[in-house]
This record gives sequence, C-alpha cells and structure tokens, in this order.
Amino acid sequence: MTDVIDPPIIGGGAGTLVHDDHAADAHAEHGPSGVLKWLTSTDHKVIGMSYMITSLVMFYLAGIMALIMRVQLWDPHGAIVSPQQFNELFTMHGSLMLYLFAGPFAFGGLANYIVPLQIGAPDMAFPRLNALSYWLYLTGSITMLLGFFVAGGAAAFGWVAYAPLSAAVNSPGAGPDVWLMALALTGFSAIFTGVNLCGTIFYLRAPGMTMFRMPIFTWNMLVTGILILIAFPVLTSAVIMLFCDRHFGTHIYDVIGCHTLIHPNVPAPQACGSPVLWQNLFWFFGHPEVYILALPYFGIVTEIFPVFSGKPVFGYKGMVFATMAIAALSTGVWAHHMFTTGTVLLPFFSLLSLAIAVPTGIKFFNWIGTMWRGQLRFTTPMVFSIGFLFAFLMGGVTGVMLAAPPIDFFVHDTYFVVAHFHQVLFGTAVFAGFAGLYYWYPKMFGRMLNEKLGHLHFWFTFVGFWLTFMPQYGVGLKGMPRRVAYYPSGLGWQIYNQLSTIGAFLIAFGFLLLLINLVRSWRNPVLAGDNPWDAQTLEWFTSSPPPHHNYTHLPPIRSERPTWDYNHPDALALRHGKVPVPAGSRSTNGSGPHNNGDGGAKEKVPV
Amino acid sequence: MKIEGIFLIGVGIFFGLVGTAYWFLSYEQGGTMMLVGTCLLGLLPGSYYFYWYRRMQGSKFFYWGTLENKRGIRHEDRPDATIAEGAGTINSFPGSSIWPFVMGMGAFLLLLGLVFGVWIAIPGVSLMLTALIGVTAESRRGGHI
Repeated sequence: MTDVIDPPIIGGGAGTLVHDDHAADAHAEHGPSGVLKWLTSTDHKVIGMSYMITSLVMFYLAGIMALIMRVQLWDPHGAIVSPQQFNELFTMHGSLMLYLFAGPFAFGGLANYIVPLQIGAPDMAFPRLNALSYWLYLTGSITMLLGFFVAGGAAAFGWVAYAPLSAAVNSPGAGPDVWLMALALTGFSAIFTGVNLCGTIFYLRAPGMTMFRMPIFTWNMLVTGILILIAFPVLTSAVIMLFCDRHFGTHIYDVIGCHTLIHPNVPAPQACGSPVLWQNLFWFFGHPEVYILALPYFGIVTEIFPVFSGKPVFGYKGMVFATMAIAALSTGVWAHHMFTTGTVLLPFFSLLSLAIAVPTGIKFFNWIGTMWRGQLRFTTPMVFSIGFLFAFLMGGVTGVMLAAPPIDFFVHDTYFVVAHFHQVLFGTAVFAGFAGLYYWYPKMFGRMLNEKLGHLHFWFTFVGFWLTFMPQYGVGLKGMPRRVAYYPSGLGWQIYNQLSTIGAFLIAFGFLLLLINLVRSWRNPVLAGDNPWDAQTLEWFTSSPPPHHNYTHLPPIRSERPTWDYNHPDALALRHGKVPVPAGSRSTNGSGPHNNGDGGAKEKVPV
Repeated sequence: MKIEGIFLIGVGIFFGLVGTAYWFLSYEQGGTMMLVGTCLLGLLPGSYYFYWYRRMQGSKFFYWGTLENKRGIRHEDRPDATIAEGAGTINSFPGSSIWPFVMGMGAFLLLLGLVFGVWIAIPGVSLMLTALIGVTAESRRGGHI
C-alpha cells in the first residue's frame, strides 16, 4: 500500500512550481514487473490499458463475424454458413460489439485511464475493485466466446435474448447458458466500474477542480457512471432470473409447462410468467445502454474539437446540462423498442423519445460553435471527430423517425432498423472511439501514431461506413427483414446487399491499416512529448506516459483548461481582463511562449 | 459536495415525476417500479451528500448536532483553492494486489459451475473465500506505507 501525498505545488500563480524529492519518491512505482505486474496491478493506467487491449480484440473478432455474414448475404442463397450458424454469428457479433467492446472500451478503458488524470487524482477511488472489474470483464469475455466450443453451439437468439425464444425449450444447450453467465460477469464488472467512476469524480478531484471546471469528458463519464448504476443492475438481475427459468423451474418469463406447478383449477396464464416482462426489463437496461455507449464518445469529441480548433469549448455549461438531459430522458424511453408488442403506452414513449433530439441538437450546435471561426487543424483525431458528426447525425435523424410509432410499425425488424442502429453506434463507438485512441495514444505511450496512415484509416472507414449502411436503409424500406441468412431473389434486394458487403470490406481494410500503424509506432517510435497537440486539459500537464500515481506536480487550476492556462499565461490574462486586448486580436487562442505545439514530436527514439 | 447532492437529488425528483406520470397514464406495474427504484437511487445518495454539505458548513438544516464541528467547504469545491492546500495524505492506495485476480477467477469458475457442473463451482467458491480473507487481511495490514 502506498500513502499518496498530494503533489507539492504551491500554486500561487501560473508557473510557480516547487519540487519535492520526497514526494517524487512516493510517486515512484514499486511492485512486481512483467506478467505478474499485469496480474496484480491496481494502477488505473495498467487496468485501463488492459481493458482497451481486450476490448479491441473483441472488436476485431466481432468485425470478422460481420464480414462472414456480409459474404453470406452477397448472394440470396449464400452457402458460407448454415442458418443456425448465421443466427449464432449475429448473436455473438452484437453481443461482442455491445457488451464487450463499445462499453468497456469507453468506461473501462479510456475513462479508467483518462478520468483520474483529468481531475488530478492519483488513481481511481477503489483500485482493487477496479482490478476486480477488469478480471470479471475478461472472464466474462472468455465465457461468452466459450459458446462456440460447447455442444449445440453458441447462443443464437440475438443480443436481446427475447423470451420465450431464450427459454430452455426453444434454445437448448450450454451455449445460451454461458452467454447468460457472461452477461452476469460483465454486468457486475460494469456496476463496479460505475461505482468507481462516481466515487473518483466526487472525492478525488484536485484542489480548485470544481465540478464546473471538470473537462466535459469527465462530466460525461460521471453521467455515464450513474446511468450504469441505473441500468446494469436491471440487466444482471434479469439475466439471473432467465437462468433460473431455464434451470431451476421458475416461471418468471416462461409460460411453457407452468400449469404443472400450480393447482389445476388456476388458469395458467394468470399464474405464470410474462415474456413481455423480459422485454421491459431488458430495454430498461437497453436504451440507457445506448447512451452509456454514446455519452463517453460525445465526451471524447468534445475534448478534441476545442484542441484542434484552438478555442475553448463553446457553451460549456450547455454541454453539461445537455448531457444530463439526454441521460435522464434516455431512462424513460425503454418501451419505444416495444411499440409493436401492443402492450405499451405509445404517446408517452414516443414523446420522450422525440424529446431526446433537443439536447442532442444542443450538443451539435455547440460542437459546430466550437469549430466556428477556429484555427482548424485536420489531424487524425479531428477528422475522425468530424466523421462522427456526420455519422451520428444520420443515425439521430432516423432515430427521430423511428420514435414515431406509425413509422416504427412499418419498418420494425427490417434492415432500416439495422442501418439506424449501426449508424448511431458505429458513429459513436468507432468514429469517436478511434478519434479518442488517436488523440490519447501519445499520452498513454509517449509516442505518436503516423498521421498519413491515420488519415487513410479514416477515409477507408468513412467511405466504407456510408457504403455499408446507406443501402441497408433502402433495402429495409423495401421490406427485407433483419436476421435472415437467405432472402428471395428477384425482389431487387441483392444489389443493396452487395454494396453493403463491399463497404464492410473497405472498413475492414481501414482497420488493417490501424494495426499496421500500431505496429509501426512500436518498431519506429516517434517521441510525442508531454503535450503534442497543444491540448488544454489537465492530463496533458503530466509526462507521457504518466508516472505512477500520475503527477509529481500540478499547475494551479483556475479554469476548465488548466494546462492551456499554464502554457499560455498571456491568454489567461486576456481571459481575465488583466491586460488590454491587442488591436486586431479576435480571440484568446494565441500560442504561448512555453509550448510550440509540436511537443518535440520529431525526435526519434533509438530502438 | 453541494453540486453532487443537487445533481443526485435532481435525478431522484425527475424520475419521481416521470414515474408518477407514467403510473397514472398507464397503470403498468413493472415500468413504474423501475422508475421508482431509479428515483430512490438518486434521492438516497443525493440526500446523504446534501446532508454532509450542510453539516460541513455547520448548518442546522438537516443537522442537529453541535455547530463547532464545522469543516468548511472542501478544497476541491472552492474555485480559489490552491494546490498547496491539498498537500498531505489523500488516501491509501494499494500498489499491487493478487486478490482481485483470485476473486475474478473464483467468480468465473463459480458461474461456469452453474452451467457445467458443481465440481467446477467448488474450487470457484474456495478461491472467492480465499480472496475475501486475503483482501480483508491486506487492507487491515496495509495501513500507511
């Protein structure tokens, strides 16, 4: 155990630093090395890195499954996989992407690594709980993949596992069971992470880092943490109840055979389970989950736009309140996924679903406002963030369409929904997620990723994205149902599917380039320096990669961008009106004397 | 502490209102219960934070003890706080610990045991108990290094 003392800085004014050797020793890393370090570390950076590596492996595996499905659908009577295998593939593709990549990459990986740095904390509030979260997540991931190796194959009921399809009679075998156990493990993992995020942000902020000085990414992770605590306990308990239905004779969702457990005179339907209850419980998790997956990525692009526009974020408080509004509304709209069941209150859920567009629109307005008249730098993180704007806008607009029950009745369970869903989640988890990876990679590893390869990665992904999903809107409107391994020829659906398949392979090639870029950065490293982007928030004040317990010293925190204030003291003075604004100056985004913006990025490291 | 409290109480109030509206519009029990649960999830910790905020200010509102224990506003909540004010012990952080890994493996085997047979669950439970004892002893022994 290490008793962490606060960084010994006397923050009387910008740039006043006093270094203490004793404190520096407290920040030195003690403990095992090598494999044992990864097994036993409770350092949030090591755990965050473990999360990111594992979730990226899941992303690539799920991507391969998507490619197999796209090849199958190239031809109306594709023979690459059987219908049963196709069902297993789309179930596992969705499960891996949603439960094991998009969420854990953001709140397990990036948030774990970045949030303590952004608020000046030495670690997460509960480091051992944090490590346990990772091990539950890893074992949950292994458990889910085990499904492919058990008799009967993996779960094949879709990532939503609707009852009664998921009942033991309709989905026999161990595959569905290991799927349920995987969700239980990852569910507990997420809950522990949510507790840790809230605890860290509430209790471990540095002096002067008030709530309304926290970076937007940290704000979004706080709101995400609370959403996790609202949503994941419902999923975890629902999954355990489903397991009980399958094995212990309970009839919570299951109506099959339940009349044998009760008195013969009692009508079975009244005394037995309700399949629609599963949908209610699942979507009470499932719709907040969409925003658990989206809000962290909103936070990422909100960090990136100001840095590469050379401006502070436009409408800081508006962004915070919009995030809260989105999260609050998202928890009251679960049944818009159930319009066609005929058992839900259509006007209530439709109205709340439509209302989400308002705070989301505020965010778009602020992102554009941040870039407006800025000094734009089109680096790889920036182009991915702009790509996110287009992708998420399209997904959002079709989301508003689907919030209207008459449209939803028409396109429910068609490829239109698949396209909408992928545009929302690909837009966030992939465009914004990889923007975050390119943006914070220099901080994590102290080395740069190649910009040319990064741009190529972006363009292949961007073109592939539109080519994959736009035709799916078309074929959905023509009536093609989702989750089918074959489709009739002669209805004009094939060309749409073929375009989608070509797009999917373009995306795959883009992600091959990312792998090349990562390998290249390890073989021919280019040093990043502490702040290669001339960024604004606190994490860019420490070294790259940060030391054990993150900081040996901290700057005074007097705004939501303390590193910028420290590096540009002239700009800080302008902001506070201490010096007259020079004639012709239109903003406070001039480059200061302490940072030339490239952070020594050209320096080569001997291999 | 004030903003944290207000934030969470706001969550509680919002879901209280939505839950009430939902109940009177639909009379549907499942959804209403989930909304009530969410309301409590916000209200309970929010009230606790707000209570501590008032208590740290020495206020009698929500607090009926002596006012001499006033601690003042936390330095992370004060916009004019200097880094030096936060000097001193922040917390005890474990440098490394094997017990989360052991606990995770135990949970893994326990849940696999529910699918494949109790014989797998037995070592799982053993590992979890060992980890529980280990982490408790480590916390007690750890202290301040």
